[in-house]
Formats: sequence, structure tokens, C-alpha cells
Amino acid sequence: MLESVLTISLGAILINNFIFSQFLGCCPFLGCSTKIDTAVGMGIAVTFVMGLSSAICYVVNELLVSLELGYMSTLAFILVIAVLVQFVEMFLKKSIPSLYTALGIYLPLITTNCAVLGVVLLNVQNNYNFIESVVYGVTGGLGFMVAIVLFASVRDRLQFADYPESFEGFPIALVTAGLLALAFMGFSGMQIG
Amino acid sequence: MLNVLYAILVLGIMGAVFGAILAFAAKIFYVEQDPRIDEVRAALAGANCGGCGYAGCDAYAAAVVAGEAPPNKCGPGGAAAAEKVAAVMGLDAAAPVKYVAFVPCSGSADKAKMFFNYEGPQDCLAAMRFGNRGPKECQFSCVGLGNCVRACQFGAMHIVNGVAEVDREKCVACMACAAACPKHIIRKVPYEQAVLVGCHSTDKGARTRKVCDAGCIGCMKCQRECPAGAITVRDNVAVIDYDKCTSCGHCAEVCPRQIIHPQKIYVQN
Repeated sequence: MLESVLTISLGAILINNFIFSQFLGCCPFLGCSTKIDTAVGMGIAVTFVMGLSSAICYVVNELLVSLELGYMSTLAFILVIAVLVQFVEMFLKKSIPSLYTALGIYLPLITTNCAVLGVVLLNVQNNYNFIESVVYGVTGGLGFMVAIVLFASVRDRLQFADYPESFEGFPIALVTAGLLALAFMGFSGMQIG
Repeated sequence: MLNVLYAILVLGIMGAVFGAILAFAAKIFYVEQDPRIDEVRAALAGANCGGCGYAGCDAYAAAVVAGEAPPNKCGPGGAAAAEKVAAVMGLDAAAPVKYVAFVPCSGSADKAKMFFNYEGPQDCLAAMRFGNRGPKECQFSCVGLGNCVRACQFGAMHIVNGVAEVDREKCVACMACAAACPKHIIRKVPYEQAVLVGCHSTDKGARTRKVCDAGCIGCMKCQRECPAGAITVRDNVAVIDYDKCTSCGHCAEVCPRQIIHPQKIYVQN
């Protein structure tokens, strides 16, 4: 049990990083990475929602499969994620306003983050049980956070870098993202267990 | 056919259940908010500049309604906003004291001695990585590469001849420039204040004389001559007490370095 949890965690954070090797969640990755602070905020919010939606979608999937409606799971997952994010937002606003203000606009934005839908679909595909699903969700979110924080700190330094003017803005950001993804490819040969 | 109906039914029920949960949650987790917060928020200028000392217009509006902040802190909104906010809150509106940002450096390109010629990225912080003081010899000098200009939302900062200058009419004293200045030299001064010391170098007179033609050498002449006794020389630099100053302008006349000047008013070409 512990072994599979460890394998899943390392896999989700490094080897099959959601951004760098599965290319999920690239929109917030590029959009929220101009400052390290906001990158950390986005990372925490994504981790939180991914963990929670993995848990709930596991239950929903079990329900659908038992009703022989497994083919509808993708639709149901989208519904669950949208509801969940709304619910979490309301809950935080009432109960933990400090966390609510810290996460700010990023919380509702996560509804449309494909990494969240990706993680629940992969849970089904890999036949993970409940605990494995939650671990995969949380560590997948952590992997997202590692990627976005790394990227934000590189972009921070890019301000002083001397690159051709035509690369200003997104072009140089995409080049950087590509180089980071190449660096993460180094993990792809790793075998655990 | 039956399958399709079955799927529609199950998904429909699921949607209805989730909808009910959300509707229920909205009731339970409803946060009561004082309606005056929205009214106050609407009266503000909405620049989100942070000049009031709060995180943004929303935070300031909440603080006003909570009674923690006076109604006249909104710089961009000025007197009009203060009046509206006070009306919402049922308070007297005192017209806000208008402040503006001021750059206490007169070391323009022709006056300040250069330490080196800088040709890197046009950014004050980047230039300061060399020798920790930028291209000018004086360590108190304005670097003059415009970090403050880029930070200003109101188009009030300009680099004129290598020194940042403030357009006093456009400035709302949000002090975003001061936060962006890597040397932290920009300060807040009353708009009404007519004379200001255009130097803040605490170097000894001899050194200041060497590095800049427009530096305060602490000669004490203004301190002796000021009829209101508002000027003191502290740490080799003249400091004006704005409460005592009568804005007579005598100091500006006697200053041998001509750095106490009536506030330069920036005129756009």
C-alpha cells in the first residue's frame, strides 16, 4: 500500500508532471506565473481542488458504474467539479475568509482548469482505489505547483535577460516553458519499485 | 431508447441534487454584508492604487464602514469622493490634505558626476547591481532609469535629464513610485508646500561637493537665514519643517548651491 502511494506521488510530481509531460493545465500555468506570490497561491488552490475532486469523483464514478452508466462519467465529472468549486468558494467565504481572500480570483478560475478534469479521468483509467485516487489528486496538484513556481521564478529573472525584442512577452515564456519541459524529461527514464 | 432515457434520468437527478445542495449551501453560508460597503465602494475613484493605505478600494470601503478609516483618504477621488463617502456614512467630510510625491534629487545629467557609463537593461534595479549605487557617483542619487515611471498608473512621473520628476497636477500620492524605487528616495510632501530641498545626501560637504554640483553641502546658510526657523541641517542635509514653513522662499534665494527650489512644476512639452 505504502509502496503504491510512494510510486504514485513521485510519478505525479516528477515523472508524469501534469504540465511538463502531460500538458494539462497550461492556461493557468502561463497566465498566473508572472509573479511568484500568485503562482504559489494558484498552486495551493489547484492542489486543494484536485485532491477534493479526486475523492468525490471516485464516489460518483462508483455510483455510475454500479448503474451501468460508466460511459457518462466524463459529463458527470464536469458537473461535479463545477459544483465542488462553487461549494468550496461559498464555504471558504463563510468559514475561512482569510484563505478566501488569499486565493482570490484563482479559486473560481480552477473550474476550467483541465488538469482537474484530467486527474479524475486518469484515476478511472488507472483503476485507482479511493486512497490512491486522493493521493494522485493531491500530488498531481503539488506537481502543478512545483512547475508553476519554478516557471514563475525563471520569468522573474527574464526581466533582466537580454533577448531579442520580438521575443518580448509570451514568445520567450513559451521558449522557457519548453526548456523546462525538456529538463523534466530527464525524470522520464526513472523506474520506481 | 430506454437506455437513453435512463441516462438522462440519472444525470438529471444528479444535476438536480447538486443544484439543491448549492442552493442550500448558499443559504447556510450566506455572508451578511453591510449594504453601505457597496455604496462607499461606488463613490471611490476605483483606481485600486492603494494610496489610502489599504489593500484596494474594496478593503478601504470595508474599513470606512467599520469605522476604522476616515472618509477622506481616497487620493484619486479627491474632495468629491470624500463628500460622497461622508454622505453615505453620515459624517462630516473634511477635505483631504492633498499630498504629492517628491524626488529629493537634483543630480541631473549635467550636474552629477558619473561613476560609470551604463548601457544595460533600462531598469534602476539592474543598474544598481553594479557598485550598489547606479551610474552616478553619489549613492543617494536618483538612478534615473524610470522604475517609478513604469509604476505610476497616472502618468505623473517623468524622467527629465536623468532625474525623475513628478507632475504635481497628475500625482495622487498613491506612492506606488516610492515602492518601486530601489533606492527608496521618493517621499510624500504636502501639495501646498512651496519650497523643497532637492537633495537628501547625508554625505559630508566635501564629498558631496566632489560628486555632484547640485548636492546639499550642509553649509547652514538656510538655517541661519530662515525667518521662521523652519530649516535645520541634520546629517549634512537641510530639512524643512513643513508645519513651521511659511513658504516665503527666502531660503531658495540664499542657497549657494541653488537646490532649495520652489517646487518645479513639470510642464508637458
